[in-house]
Amino acid sequence: MIAAAVGAILLASVTLYAVFGGADFGGGLWDLLAGGDQRGRAPRRLIDDTITPVWEANHVWLVFDLVIFWTAFPHAFAAVMTTAALPLWLALGGVVLRGAGFAFRKEARQLSLERAFGASFAFSSLITPFFMGTVIGAIATGQVPAEATHASLRAWTSTTALLIGFLFVSACGYLAAVYLADEAARCGNRGLETYFTRRAQAAGVVAGALSLATLAELHSSNPLLYDRLTGRAVALVILAGVCGLGVVIALTAGLTTGRRWRGAIRIVAALGVAAVVWGWGVAQYPVLLPGTPVTLTNAGAPHSTLAALVVLFVIVVVLVGPAFVLLFSLQGRRALLLPAAGGGAPPPAQPPRRPPAALRAAALGLAVGVAIIRRRRSAGRR
Amino acid sequence: MATTLGFHIILACLGIALPSIVLLAEFTGLRRRDQTALLLARRWSQAMGVLVAVGAVTGTVLSFEMGLLWPGLMRQYGAVLGLPFGIEGVFFFLEAIFTAIYLYGWRRLAGWAHFWTGVPIAVSGIFGAMSVIAVNSWMNQPGGFTVRDGQIVSVNPWQVYFNHAALYEMPHMVLAAYMVSGFTVAGVYAAGILRGRRDRYHRLGFALGFVPAAVLTPFQIFVGDTAARAIAQDQPVKFAAMEYVTHTSTDVPEWVGGVYVNGHVYAGLRIPGLDSLLVGFSTGTKVTGWDIVPGAYRPPVVWLIHLCFDVMVGLAFLLLLAGLWAAWAWWRRRRLPSGRLFWLLGAVSGLSSIVAMECGWVVTEVGRQPWVVYRLQTTSAAATSNGGVIASLSLIIIMYAVLGAVTISILRMLSRRWRRGEVEEADVPYGPQQRAANRTAS
Repeated sequence: MIAAAVGAILLASVTLYAVFGGADFGGGLWDLLAGGDQRGRAPRRLIDDTITPVWEANHVWLVFDLVIFWTAFPHAFAAVMTTAALPLWLALGGVVLRGAGFAFRKEARQLSLERAFGASFAFSSLITPFFMGTVIGAIATGQVPAEATHASLRAWTSTTALLIGFLFVSACGYLAAVYLADEAARCGNRGLETYFTRRAQAAGVVAGALSLATLAELHSSNPLLYDRLTGRAVALVILAGVCGLGVVIALTAGLTTGRRWRGAIRIVAALGVAAVVWGWGVAQYPVLLPGTPVTLTNAGAPHSTLAALVVLFVIVVVLVGPAFVLLFSLQGRRALLLPAAGGGAPPPAQPPRRPPAALRAAALGLAVGVAIIRRRRSAGRR
Repeated sequence: MATTLGFHIILACLGIALPSIVLLAEFTGLRRRDQTALLLARRWSQAMGVLVAVGAVTGTVLSFEMGLLWPGLMRQYGAVLGLPFGIEGVFFFLEAIFTAIYLYGWRRLAGWAHFWTGVPIAVSGIFGAMSVIAVNSWMNQPGGFTVRDGQIVSVNPWQVYFNHAALYEMPHMVLAAYMVSGFTVAGVYAAGILRGRRDRYHRLGFALGFVPAAVLTPFQIFVGDTAARAIAQDQPVKFAAMEYVTHTSTDVPEWVGGVYVNGHVYAGLRIPGLDSLLVGFSTGTKVTGWDIVPGAYRPPVVWLIHLCFDVMVGLAFLLLLAGLWAAWAWWRRRRLPSGRLFWLLGAVSGLSSIVAMECGWVVTEVGRQPWVVYRLQTTSAAATSNGGVIASLSLIIIMYAVLGAVTISILRMLSRRWRRGEVEEADVPYGPQQRAANRTAS
């Protein structure tokens, strides 16, 4: 039971990484496709302003996912890390180049340097989700043996795995474009709104097609998973499809009629992606590595570790949740700007309305929260 | 792994303690309405932004490498040592979130409100560091779990986190982080002063880094001394390697410097009985030598461990000396020493503190070999069975060399821009916004 709870926690963290971190990767994708220096300047600027303050916090979900994975299911973790070592190394290389490229691009003032860092950011935004997708593909198709001793190329280069890799890239692009279109609408920039709406539509259609292709391919590569996806997880699969279709239709309607669903459309898009992740999880439950006897309950961690992880996740929700809300609400009010937002950027829309006292109280409250939660955790341990 | 850690540890130190120093500058600036201190705080936070981003990246690399390079370790002990990492994750989240708010909130948040958004960064930096050190100290003094038939059947997270070695490793590392950050900041400004930029801006920048670091140095020496004595009990073989104790005996001499080859110490200074005196406050104290375990269970390259230990201790006393000098001058004349020698010392203090920390890290890591988890799992059992380790390692080293070089050059670029007086940071919070008229499109 508790193993299932931890499995759900892992899936929830993966979902959060997918909908937040994934969108940041998608931003890199659109940066890559934005064209030359002149033509791509406006969209790049928007991508930059939107991602910069939040990407690091979103990125922590990846580290957190890994930690939960290895703590709760160490045997499966070791098996995956050994079998899929190559794509994981490549994804990791992507993470490094991306983070560094992005961090440095802001500080590099020379155009050539900025271009080089920008390119490394954009290109690695493409390869990282792709290789992560192939790793998920290797797991889903049952190519990861329980007692892995060496890396395998075949495991993650099956048609299904490659399809999932492309699916990841397109889903990231789709999420990012939906968010960015909304962001552009919020800034009142009609041109960019149309620009990203078109891309969201295209990416949405591609992601949908790839999802269907993956499903069809699973029919032959992992019939059991296919049966489950069309069986007990069918509600989630349908939800994903409905969300995707709904977003594409709403975007089209928004372009023709000018009616917008601010914010809501982001949530529906994220919900669609989350439904895919959960559909996979529900279909696979309780098996951790398909094709092996490794399940959630026998993957190596004792009961007390799993219990501690549940406590830990409660702490994350209580402590990190409000902090994220604060970050995103400040970001939503455009209160977080680059120190150097000069060079033709639109001037900030309005003076700050937020009373500083409220923010100070929030920060203080969190600091106090740290102390309280730490005590609570120590109580939870005993 | 070692390379990544060696590189990450510098960034981690700056990530842990630099926010506190930035906050100290901001506090000074707000309290005394000191524009120079505020300017320093703003500029440092920009550098902090770059360092935290690179630190987040190398931290991710580490968590991947745990699995990619050490699947054996994770398979066996992941359920145990994952817990402190999980706790670290909570603080990593808070750090990343508040760093974003702090960095990008300069313009829109009023003075003290902005200051308070930085406080959680400093706090979570300390607790995050403690959590990571909990893992490392657990590897030195594993405990808090029960094994049946080779399987871990229960874990006590409290005992894992606060294992025996954590009590001295945690303060040692947190203090080291503060010293590295403080002295590094001070070193940058001392170098500027040596080049003739003797204005208030540089002096204040120096003092804001130097004072906290120098104040902490004696505490660090005390903690380190306690730690060494504890290691003589907890990990006698490591201690024997640190001090060239070949045989268990009383009246053990202390070697200062020297290279141990084939049973001889060359070019070292031998002080009779001092090692016993340091361990047990009496020359009659019996100190365990490395002869208690067979050769296969002794760490390799003892001379490296010993020399690193000596360098660390020596540099700590050098830094202490610099602090005492400054304190003396302040007490006598209410100002920092003006002699060129002092500023030279200040300029090298940053590098020395980094070297000292890296040496300490070599002592604790190499000294634990051949074990990865002390007396439970050897390093070779923990490592990946995949081929291509050499290839991936060289790739990592190249990657880090590039990353390191770029980080440094970006920081230099920032400092050059500051010196030219470009205006982006002159966009004072709540001040009139100045537009960079001379800047071309970015």
